[in-house]
Amino acid sequence: MLRFVIRRLLQAIPTLLVLSVLVFAWLRLLPGGPATALLGDKATPEKVAAMNNVLGLDQPIPVQYFKFLGRILTGDFGASLISGDGVLTEIARAFPATVELSLAALVLAVGFGIPMGYLAARYRGRFLDNATVLTTLVGVAVPVFFFGVLLKYVFAQKLGVLPPSGRQDVTIDATHITGFFTLDGLLTGELDATWDAIKHLILPSIALASIPFAVIVRITRASVLDVQQEDFVRTAESKGLTTATIRQRHVLRNALLPVSTTIGLQTGLLLAGAVLTEKVFNWNGLGALLAQGIERRDYPRLQALLLLAATVYVLVNLLVDISYAIIDPRVRVR
Amino acid sequence: MLPTRAGGLRRIALIGLAGALAVTAAACASERGSGNNGASDTFIFGAAGAPKNFDPIFNDDGESFRPARQMFDTLVTYKPGTTELQGALATAWTPSDGNKTWTFTLRQGVKFHDGTPFNAAAVCFNFDRWYNMKGAAAQSQMIYYGDVFEGFAKNEADTTGQPVYKSCEAKDDHTAVLHLNKPKGAFPDAFGLTSLSMSSPDALKKYNADTVTQSGEAFTYSPYATDHPTGTGPYKFDSFDKANNTITLVRNEDYWGEKAKTAKLIFKIIPDENARKQELAAGTIDGYDYPNPADYNSLKQAGDQVLIRPAFNILYLGINQKNNPKLKDVRVRKAIEFAINKDQLVKNRLPQGAYPQDQFLPNNVPGHTDAVEKDSYNPDVARQLLAQAGASDLALNFYVPTEVTRPYMPNPVDIAAAVTDDLKAVGIKVNVVQEPWNGGYKDSVQKAGKQDLHLLGWTGDYADAGNFIGTFFGRPKPEFGFDNPQIFSALSTADAQATPDAKKAAYENASVLISQYVPAVPLSSSPPAIVVRGNVKGLVPTPLTDERFYTVTKG
Repeated sequence: MLRFVIRRLLQAIPTLLVLSVLVFAWLRLLPGGPATALLGDKATPEKVAAMNNVLGLDQPIPVQYFKFLGRILTGDFGASLISGDGVLTEIARAFPATVELSLAALVLAVGFGIPMGYLAARYRGRFLDNATVLTTLVGVAVPVFFFGVLLKYVFAQKLGVLPPSGRQDVTIDATHITGFFTLDGLLTGELDATWDAIKHLILPSIALASIPFAVIVRITRASVLDVQQEDFVRTAESKGLTTATIRQRHVLRNALLPVSTTIGLQTGLLLAGAVLTEKVFNWNGLGALLAQGIERRDYPRLQALLLLAATVYVLVNLLVDISYAIIDPRVRVR
Repeated sequence: MLPTRAGGLRRIALIGLAGALAVTAAACASERGSGNNGASDTFIFGAAGAPKNFDPIFNDDGESFRPARQMFDTLVTYKPGTTELQGALATAWTPSDGNKTWTFTLRQGVKFHDGTPFNAAAVCFNFDRWYNMKGAAAQSQMIYYGDVFEGFAKNEADTTGQPVYKSCEAKDDHTAVLHLNKPKGAFPDAFGLTSLSMSSPDALKKYNADTVTQSGEAFTYSPYATDHPTGTGPYKFDSFDKANNTITLVRNEDYWGEKAKTAKLIFKIIPDENARKQELAAGTIDGYDYPNPADYNSLKQAGDQVLIRPAFNILYLGINQKNNPKLKDVRVRKAIEFAINKDQLVKNRLPQGAYPQDQFLPNNVPGHTDAVEKDSYNPDVARQLLAQAGASDLALNFYVPTEVTRPYMPNPVDIAAAVTDDLKAVGIKVNVVQEPWNGGYKDSVQKAGKQDLHLLGWTGDYADAGNFIGTFFGRPKPEFGFDNPQIFSALSTADAQATPDAKKAAYENASVLISQYVPAVPLSSSPPAIVVRGNVKGLVPTPLTDERFYTVTKG
């Protein structure tokens, strides 16, 4: 088993190396460059050239790559061209924001999605079912940036009940400890800060939850309907169990298996979906870092973010394989 | 027990829904009545981006200058709402020795935010600091200093040029004398540049202001630039909360001038334009810069004030003579100018307050003159000129930027479409090539010179003609692909004139030469706007977009 894990870990290294080459080359092949973005409107070609020289961006790409590789092997991912902060500092700062938003969205999607999917299946063909199916269709079809802007228009602009964007009111002088603003207020005893953070969280998490919510509803509904047709349900019915027991113990429990797989998949997608949501809601997380990094050609930041994403992906895959290997020893031999 | 558990699921769903409603209702209750999140002694402004840092000398962009302007003062400044000079930290400034010596009489009783006095020694400390700046990384960040002073005590890396600065002498506590190696036309206006703000010498030393280090491809600034900017301005630095993207400044109670009306000034960084607009509508910010002209009406209808600044920029249709020999013929270039209906363009595609241009200087810059050749819209003349030049079959590549809005061109693609239609109407074949602004456009046009025609413009830094036409046509550039020694020398002569009158006359002469030669076609000057909520008073929009917020109150 240990040998299998070590082998897989070693295999991950070339994968990551290849990915780093691709990320590095892709960024540098993008038209425009950081010097133009850094120097702004008044940048003359001479100033751009001088800046590229200072930044070392006039060197051949392979030379730049090996320097970069040398640095990251010593743990130095460089600093952001935009903020001047270390990119790892930036990522650490933005990470809680994205996790907080994704978690809230996940709670909403699962918390409302499973009951609604279940109820839709139970009242199949009736009004509730049709309404649910229609809602989920809209949920999947409407793009986040439209839905988000609409939510803001209604709840922030017209009704004025929720803040339109950002993570916390700028006039609140809150202390940040963990970077999870909802938690920080609780830790410091500044309950109004937590309450304010929750209010800021509502609209973006609803916008972000819309797609996973719709998917979870539909999978739950389909799965419940499927399971209801199974032989063991008929057996249970024939044994004379109450409908409630059958629903709870047999139908729902079995129906939730495919749903949990879906939730896992959607969690991954949530992080990706956060890019757009964060832009719309001025949510200062990883997605915003990425979007701004691309706009301004912030090579160090983009390299770190993309490599981080790739590493997480490789590691998750590795974990899945390892868990399979534990469950099914035959995998190890392959 | 089991039946209740089954019912429990439904109950959970209901509880969940009820919870969500309760949260919303509670939010309603707490928000309503307050109307605006910001108290009346706090002015909250939506910024489109984060500042690079807070040390003015290392900055050259509007987003960095905006907070810096509230914390720092310069020796001279501009009268609110104009490009005219007035005193700031200096109450008088006198050139002598053919503009090679500038004597500043300094305001007395001024203190930096750290309590140290502002005096002649502090002025000289700042000038010496800039001139003696070491390190390629630091010098490369001093864009405006490089433009104005042309070089350093020791030029590093690719910095070249003979320094304009020679020395600074503190004659007494309130008289500072600046000696230059050669006269520079940009003065005295350039003394008002935000980059050349006065910092506290003590704070500069204490927080290692000069250490700009390079980490990989990026720059890391000193604690002075990131956390301890110390000027003499109406507001003092409080904090930059990067997790919440907020910069907070507080009133400087010891300010030498009129004290700030609001106790706090907060910049909330909101990169998305739509998000800025919605925050304004929701009342979570009190204003933001550069609203999209398409939104002017809806903003006004919502009760906001769209404050139009006097135009201080130029949009031009660039002509590159290098790739198409026919463009070397001045008749062809004139034909292009005659073909374009600038009035129509301004009316249909540019914001309120824009006006058509017949030269490359806005009308509030000395050097703007009525003596220029005016090739007004006349398609017939355009066709005749093309025929005379044997260019009736002219075909041109027209480079157009996308994914960008600039004060001088809020919608480049629309503007290009109008120009293209006009050119086609006189028989010129136009091949439009679109490229993203920061995705190659500037390189293609300014460095590689791939185009025959292109759209570009400029916003002035101060009211000096050299800052406009000198930048465009002062030397051969790939962007225009011509070499006209007469124009080049007229511009360098104008820059070296010692008196304002001589300078003005020399630039007028250069403007006329340029209008005869048509190296490009001036199209328009457009006023950018700044928008604030209906209850905001006292904000004076300025052509230089250098608004100071200390005069602002909220009703």
